[in-house]
Parts: sequence; C-alpha cells; structure tokens
Amino acid sequence: MSPGRPRAAARAGQYLALLCYLVFLAFPLAWLVSTAFKPPRELGSLHPGWIPHHPTWENFRAALDEQPLLRSGLNSLLVAGSAAVLAIVLATPAAYATARRRSAVGRTVGGWIVVSQAFPFVLVIIPLFLVLKELRLIDALPGLVLVYVVWSLPFALWMLSGHVRALPRELEEAAAVDGAGRLRILVSIVLPLLAPGVAATFLFAFVTSWNEFFFALVLLKSPGKQTMPVVLTHFLGAEGAVDLGPLAAAALLATLPSLLLFALIQRRITSGLLSGAVKA
Amino acid sequence: VTTATATTGTRRTRRAHRPGDRSGLDRDTWFLLLPALVPILVLSVGPLLYGILLAFTDAQSGRTAATRFTGTLNFQDIAHDTLFWESFRIGLVWAAGVTAPQFLLALGLALLLNQELRLRWLARALAVVPWAMPEVVVGIMWRLVYHPDAGILNETLRDAHLIHSDVQWLSSLSVALPAVITVGVWAGMPQTTVTLLAGLQNVPRELHEAAAVDGAGAWRRFTTVTWPALRPVAAAITALQFIWNFNAFALVYVLTGGGPGGRTRLPMLFAYEEAFRYGQFGYAAAMGCVMVAVVAVLLAVFLHNRLKGDGA
Repeated sequence: MSPGRPRAAARAGQYLALLCYLVFLAFPLAWLVSTAFKPPRELGSLHPGWIPHHPTWENFRAALDEQPLLRSGLNSLLVAGSAAVLAIVLATPAAYATARRRSAVGRTVGGWIVVSQAFPFVLVIIPLFLVLKELRLIDALPGLVLVYVVWSLPFALWMLSGHVRALPRELEEAAAVDGAGRLRILVSIVLPLLAPGVAATFLFAFVTSWNEFFFALVLLKSPGKQTMPVVLTHFLGAEGAVDLGPLAAAALLATLPSLLLFALIQRRITSGLLSGAVKA
Repeated sequence: VTTATATTGTRRTRRAHRPGDRSGLDRDTWFLLLPALVPILVLSVGPLLYGILLAFTDAQSGRTAATRFTGTLNFQDIAHDTLFWESFRIGLVWAAGVTAPQFLLALGLALLLNQELRLRWLARALAVVPWAMPEVVVGIMWRLVYHPDAGILNETLRDAHLIHSDVQWLSSLSVALPAVITVGVWAGMPQTTVTLLAGLQNVPRELHEAAAVDGAGAWRRFTTVTWPALRPVAAAITALQFIWNFNAFALVYVLTGGGPGGRTRLPMLFAYEEAFRYGQFGYAAAMGCVMVAVVAVLLAVFLHNRLKGDGA
C-alpha cells in the first residue's frame, strides 16, 4: 500500500526496538545463570565475563549445604499445593454463581476483590497475626495456607468466572430441559468443560503462593518451617558478606518450578485475564 | 463510574420486580457462593476491619497489659512523624517512578508484539518471565547485576569507558532510589504488557485499515483508532500498578532493606519495621490506614478524570 522505502525503514526500526526490549528483559536473567555456574576464582575476578570459563555445579552443592533449601522447597510445595487446591475448591462454585447468576452478593464479592487490592498488607497482617496467634497457628504451615487461600481467592474467582462465561450456556440449558438438577449440571456438564480453566487457575494460584514472601516472612520463624523465598534471604546474610555463587544457584533453583509451571499456562493466563476483563 | 450506575440500576429493577424473593434459585446461588464468601469474610473483611480498629488503640506485641482505645492519638503522632512522611514521599516517588515508565515501555512492547515480527515468540516468552519469578529472586538477581565489583553493569560501563570508578548502585545516597525503581519497572512489565496486549485485540481492525486507506500515518492511526479503544484498559492497569507499587515490599526489602540512610524505605517497609521489629501494632495499623486513605483519594481523582474523559 505504502511505498517500499519508508515501510522497510519502519520495519528496521521495529526490529531495533524489539532487540532493545530483548536485551533489557534477558540480560539480568543471563547474568544470574552465568553467576550460578562460575567457580569462586572467576566470581572474585576484577573483570567478570558473561561466559564462565570453567563452568561448575559446585555452587549448587554449596547452596544445598549452606541452607535448608530442600526442606524449604518441600515446605513451599506443601503450602502452595494445599493453598491452591483449597482456593480452587472454594472458588469454583462461587465463580459459576457470579458468572451465570446476577445477584447482589456476587457483585459485592466482585467489588470487594477490587477494593481489597488497595489495602496495604500491613493492615491485613497485623490482625491476622493476632488471630493466628490465638489459634496457635503462628510459625505453623497451616496458618500460612489459610492466609494464602484467602489471598489467592480473588484472582482464582476472577479467572474462573472468566472461563465459565466462555462456556456456551446452551449445554446447561439443554441439560436442564432434560431434567438434570442444578448440582448434576454443575458436576457432569460444567466441571468437565471447565477442567482446562481450573488447571490453569490452579497453577496460577500455586505459583503466586510459591513466590509469596511478605506473609511467610512475618508468620514463619523457625528455619525448618520457612518457605523458599524466606530461606533465600538468609543467603544475603550480613552486609557485604555475600557468597555470590551459591546465592545465584539457590535463586535459580527456587525459580525453576515457577518458570516451568508458568510456561505451561502462559497462553491460558492471557486468555483468562482477557475473558475476565471483557465482561467486567 | 458507568459500571457502578448500571449495577445499582439493575439491582433496583430486580428488587422492584420481586420484593423479598427468597426462592430456590437464590438459595442455590447462596449455596454456591458461601464456600468462598465465608473465608473472605473471616480472613479478609474481618481482619481489615479489625486492623482499622487497631489503628485507634495502643496495641503492642507481647504486652501483658490490656490494649486500650486511644482515640486518634496514633494519627496525631503520625502527623508529626517526619520519618514516616519522608518514607511516604519516597513511596509516592517510587510508585509514580515505576508506574509511568513501566506503562510506556509495556505499551511499546505490546504494540510490537501485536505486529507480525520474527522473534516475536521469544519476546513474548521473555516478557512474561519476570511475572513467574519470585520477587525475592528478582531482587537477588539484580543485586548480582548491580554488584560493585562482580556485577555486569559496572563491568560493561567500565569497558565502554563511561565510568572510571565503580558505582555503588545500591548503597550510594543519590543512585539507590533510581536503581531500585529500574528493577521495579523490569519486574512489573509483564502484567502491564499482557493486559495491554489483550486490550489491543479489542481494537477494531477495519477502522485501522480504513484510516490507513485515508492516508493516516502510524502516529495518527494510534491516536485516533488504537488509543481510544485501549484507554479503559490502560487506565485500569495503570491504577492497579500504582496501588501494587505503592504497597510493594519484597523487592526493595531484598535489594536495599530500605537503605542507604532510609533513601529507599518504602512506607510498607517502614510499617513492617514498626509492627514486627518494634512491636507497635496500633501505630503501624494507623500507618496502613493513612496509606489506604491517600491512595484512595489519588485513585479517585485519577479514575474520575480518566473515565469521564472516556465517556465524553
């Protein structure tokens, strides 16, 4: 349509911009990986390079020795897994109700989700801390699970109701005409169709809890009970005295699970957010 | 604003239609909502109200004496707490400093990703990675980048002869806040990019083509076709990002711990220390209240302007 010269120039400009973005996004990641595989001598070098000359697994071994990484990984897995399961179980019926039935309660819940985003965590954590202390759930994984369930409910609800809206209503109406009860429609028609959305939401909730730091920092005290992000900060130790290699290795280990899971659901998150957003 | 009025409208008509309706349908809806409603009420609404209540008391951690109501004493103290207001100012600078460049960068990236470009898949994948990473890891990663001796940033700048002595990115009074803000921009870009990219799918393609046929240049097409369609999404994500950033904690906690000399002490870090280092629960809760109040006012103004301009 337009003359060739300016069009080619525009294309070149676009690629240049894209390249800048790629560099900006990728270079810290590349540096993290590079640091994780460097032997101590190269880490202490005055002119650190991008590619380790003598790549080593030593930092990973040191990281596992220095801090209870495996233990904390297990804690994180337990907490994030149970929180995500509970969040899904609690959110799915509500998501169906808010997506299919117009009710004041549903709208209030939706409004609350938005409003609750504005409150700083201090305002939530102090009373939660006092309540959980009464229940003897401080420094205990179940206490953290409770907090994470409530914390991931809003997003789970939001994503799931988006997925429900994407389902054709006709199937449910046909089943109702055939005399199926509401519960039966929900269990044998809606749930199977919703499975991919539920899976994506589950993984999203899992990753959010796996990554969470603030609540875990406040609620877990003994090293054996802490989750991975909290244990990672122990590597930083006193100022200056940071062992860079093991630090990078541990950080990399903590990221791999979330990265892998996120890769699985990347597409769904985009579409889930979109379908949630279109109606809202 | 439009949604809110529409909502109250439908509610009113529904009430008018069936006054006091308690039919099976409603009970079913209740039954479905209850499992989510109870935890939200008990562990989200309840604690928040309790937290606001605590702001009017002298609650402290590990104290044996009973907690007493002190009226607005905490708020009077906060009014004179220069350290808190300094932290508050830093919080606003940080939130605005992160949100604005992040939005512009994300918009540029979203527009690029919406084009048929090679390597788009790689950029799409990379653009989401920061979202998947634990904030603590993002902080650690950038500490490695910013490291004065072993970091890649100083090394690159040395090679390019842009600096002669090592820059203390995270511990120098003047550079620390900008350095931390850069990390904030990097870390928050995915959410904004993905949201804007989703919003771009709603831009009517025919309008775009029609404008191109009429000879409108790229910039003109953006301002007349793309931006009007993108505007509500842009306003929403900017508002959300501002809130999230203002309430940020983990990233800066790991990067600087609030230092040097409090130059990066965001209000959340300040309140965290007040509550869990010094045990001043009531005072910290009052700080939380002040933070919500100010953010709410700022947002109301921002969204009012945005949505009003949009509706016209």
